[in-house]
Amino acid sequence: MPTRNSNGQKLWQRRTGRESLFHWVLWLIGIAIFAYCWQQISKSTTWFFVWDAPRIADDIWTRATPPKWGYITQLGKPIWDTLNIATLGTIFALILAVPVAFLAARNTTPSRFFIRPIALLIIVSTRSINSLIWALLLIAIIGPGVFAGVIAIAIRSIGFCAKLLYEAIEEIDETQVEAITATGASRWQVMAYGIVPQILPAFAGIAVFRWDINIRESTVLGLVGAGGIGLQLSSSLNVLAWPQVSLILLVILIAVVISEWVSAKVRGAII
Amino acid sequence: MSEAAFNVQTKMGKPWKKPPFVQRKWLRLILLVGIVAYLIAAYMTIDVNWSRVYQGLERGKKFVMAFTNPDFITRSTDIWEGMFESIIMTVASSVVGIAISIPIALGAARNVAPLSVYLICRGIIAISRALQEIIVAILLVAIFGFGPLAGFLTLSFATIGFLSKLLAEDIESMDRAQAEAIKASGARWMQWVNYGVQPQVMPRLIGLSIYRLDINFRESAILGLVGAGGIGATLNTAFDRYEYDTAAAILIIIIVIVMALEYLSGVVRARVQ
Repeated sequence: MPTRNSNGQKLWQRRTGRESLFHWVLWLIGIAIFAYCWQQISKSTTWFFVWDAPRIADDIWTRATPPKWGYITQLGKPIWDTLNIATLGTIFALILAVPVAFLAARNTTPSRFFIRPIALLIIVSTRSINSLIWALLLIAIIGPGVFAGVIAIAIRSIGFCAKLLYEAIEEIDETQVEAITATGASRWQVMAYGIVPQILPAFAGIAVFRWDINIRESTVLGLVGAGGIGLQLSSSLNVLAWPQVSLILLVILIAVVISEWVSAKVRGAII
Repeated sequence: MSEAAFNVQTKMGKPWKKPPFVQRKWLRLILLVGIVAYLIAAYMTIDVNWSRVYQGLERGKKFVMAFTNPDFITRSTDIWEGMFESIIMTVASSVVGIAISIPIALGAARNVAPLSVYLICRGIIAISRALQEIIVAILLVAIFGFGPLAGFLTLSFATIGFLSKLLAEDIESMDRAQAEAIKASGARWMQWVNYGVQPQVMPRLIGLSIYRLDINFRESAILGLVGAGGIGATLNTAFDRYEYDTAAAILIIIIVIVMALEYLSGVVRARVQ
């Protein structure tokens, strides 16, 4: 226990001298890095606009309220598109994620040194790129529209679903698999009766969880032209129709809250 | 007893069948019909222009080929500047976001804060989680003008919702006995938090912080699309000009940095836990 002598009395200290010096240096480096970053940000900021920000915010607020309620009649189709993008995207992603997950899990992969790294690479690369970037790319390739949105959401979700799924596969109870193998089952039968029943609850949970996230992401895909309610948002922003923007934001907020509620309910029922 | 025997009689000699996922027959039927009807309806509303898709395949192939031959050189100054700005935004916003979310997390833990503070902090978390980064970024760009400041504020705001919620849950599930012991020694509130609560949640806080750093970097890559600074603007321009080799180079850099961060977070989390 580190102690310090003061007037012949031993006082308790949390760290030894060396430890506290180390901590101090670490904090110094951290603060220096932060100060440098802040300086860079500040350098590329027009501070005049920032000081003016409260007035602008107030101005936007007065323009945006009240929302243009009549505009809601035109939002039915975009919301339906958004829902479809999220749902179909999730379904496609799950179909693609299942084989990837089986190839990536240590206990089911056919080859640990060759196929597993490839599966992991697919998982990392699809996960680390945002769905908006996938959408940008797909719009350049297959043209704007809902279809590009569906594919963008699907690709983005593969990594997420496959990662959670392969972790679930790695945590299964091996004795059940052994029992099925002992009955003389083939590789596929072992998978269908030994592994799949164990990961089914996890699978359903992942599906609903990702669906909820996808609803959020698909609401903004339209900003780059991939269909859904974001398309309306971007066109309203372009003509500075703030009452429409506020209504759209409200609708998005409600959709997000509902999807989160649904997903929490379903996951609660499964687990 | 008799029923079981009856069941054995009827099941005798018949092959075993897997029990269905949904037990009730009518519910199964309704679900099946509903799903099929939805899929058909959804498919009908998505009009895919297959000839356009077919034309696009050529470009798609070009893009995939670009990954084998990425061009880091031609636009190297733009890429470097964008990346630098993204990293700066990520670091600054993570620091500020974490610093703000710690007091909010304390306030949002029911065993630390009184009810009124708890409700306010939970409200802040709910707002921050419900609003999407990109939408916040649009509004902040409109208010603060173009540049990394809007991106920095967006990411800080998003960090608060994420980190405070998870940290608050961890504080709520901490061991009461340790905190009580510190309190019994006559500690002030700050000392109680510092020696009773903090050591218990520190590993999780470090793990979450690094995870959030990773997320912030990924998000900073898209904020440029709406003018909030970072690599997104460069990427967008590269796509618009069909410069797939430059776009591929940027995507590769993003993937590599994310992989490095993920590896780092794994190492750090393994060390602190």
